[in-house]
Amino acid sequence: MRRDLRQDLPALTATRIDPAVLRAARRQLVIDGTGLVASAFGFGLVFGLTARSAGFSPIEAIAFSVIVFAGASQFAAAGLVAGGFGWPAIVVLTALVNGRHLLYSAALAPWLRGESFVKRLVMAHLLTDEAFALASVHFRRLGRVDPAGYWIAAIGSTFIPWNLATIIGVLGGQFIPDPRVLGLDIVYPAAMAGLAVGLMNGRREVVAATVGVICSVAIGLLLDPRVGVIAGGLIGPLAGLAMPARMAGEPRLAEQPLAELADPLDGGLPS
Amino acid sequence: MSTGLVGLALLMALVTYPSRAIPLLTPGFDRLPPRALEYLRLVGPAVLASLAAAQIFVTPGTAGSGPALHVGVEWLAVGASVTLVAWRRNLLAGIVLAVVIVAGARALGLAA
Repeated sequence: MRRDLRQDLPALTATRIDPAVLRAARRQLVIDGTGLVASAFGFGLVFGLTARSAGFSPIEAIAFSVIVFAGASQFAAAGLVAGGFGWPAIVVLTALVNGRHLLYSAALAPWLRGESFVKRLVMAHLLTDEAFALASVHFRRLGRVDPAGYWIAAIGSTFIPWNLATIIGVLGGQFIPDPRVLGLDIVYPAAMAGLAVGLMNGRREVVAATVGVICSVAIGLLLDPRVGVIAGGLIGPLAGLAMPARMAGEPRLAEQPLAELADPLDGGLPS
Repeated sequence: MSTGLVGLALLMALVTYPSRAIPLLTPGFDRLPPRALEYLRLVGPAVLASLAAAQIFVTPGTAGSGPALHVGVEWLAVGASVTLVAWRRNLLAGIVLAVVIVAGARALGLAA
């Protein structure tokens, strides 16, 4: 069977894309990422300040932002260190808080399978809420993978501002205003919700997102917001899948033309 | 300058990296059946909407109390932002609108 018609093998050559379309999509990616840069920078500053208050040296705070590079668990760890908790408790909490990355990695795996193993090693370390959100929307917008787009999303919009702000925060935190006063704490949820809207191009996505929200809030209130997010991310897609094809306004899988089931490298996931 | 907590950072990275890397690096993970790929395609909107909702509506618990429902100006700001994004397809404009609503409400003493 010809390799380019197989669904289970990466294409040998990705379909060429109009450079003007690629440039426009990357421009949009940078614009979308601008708000997240502000968010990452604002909260990176606060992390630097929090770390300093918790007794971290600048090297330790910077090590957290470079090596762990996961905001929620960094804040939690700083609080626990300040509270005198032992390392085992902090490490276990970190694993739980960051478990949601498994979903992101799984969702991006089909797109990034054409990249070298070494590149994927690095891409994995840079995978955050923001990188996943921006890259998913960018790939879907293009209808194919764009590795440069992933680097822009992961490094440009998050890694650099987060680490730069950590350094500034830990060295000169006393001069920094509270991001809440400027309304910057709303940037993150607004960006996540807006990017979710960008991924909704069918009724299944709307159902998945709606059920995800309900689960997230309900389970978050019962247990913990982080558990709620993971539950919403797991249960929402199940609800979307459970929707009958007729209600979703799409033909049954067997009736779909082959092109709609194309390889992400060749023409995009079905959308 | 103290470097003792660098070890803690390494341990935290050690437990974080597998969740980021295993699906990306596992051979064959990309050759899932169409139904599984369809599920993964729906993870994006579901998890991003869940993240936003948890941030807006749920206040994390403290040592003495569990998580609490929070209904403030934030949901209004994000609702307006999402409407603008869906209408104009402009994320940055949506974020700016949300910031203006929240910062404005707080400045006027209408929100905490």
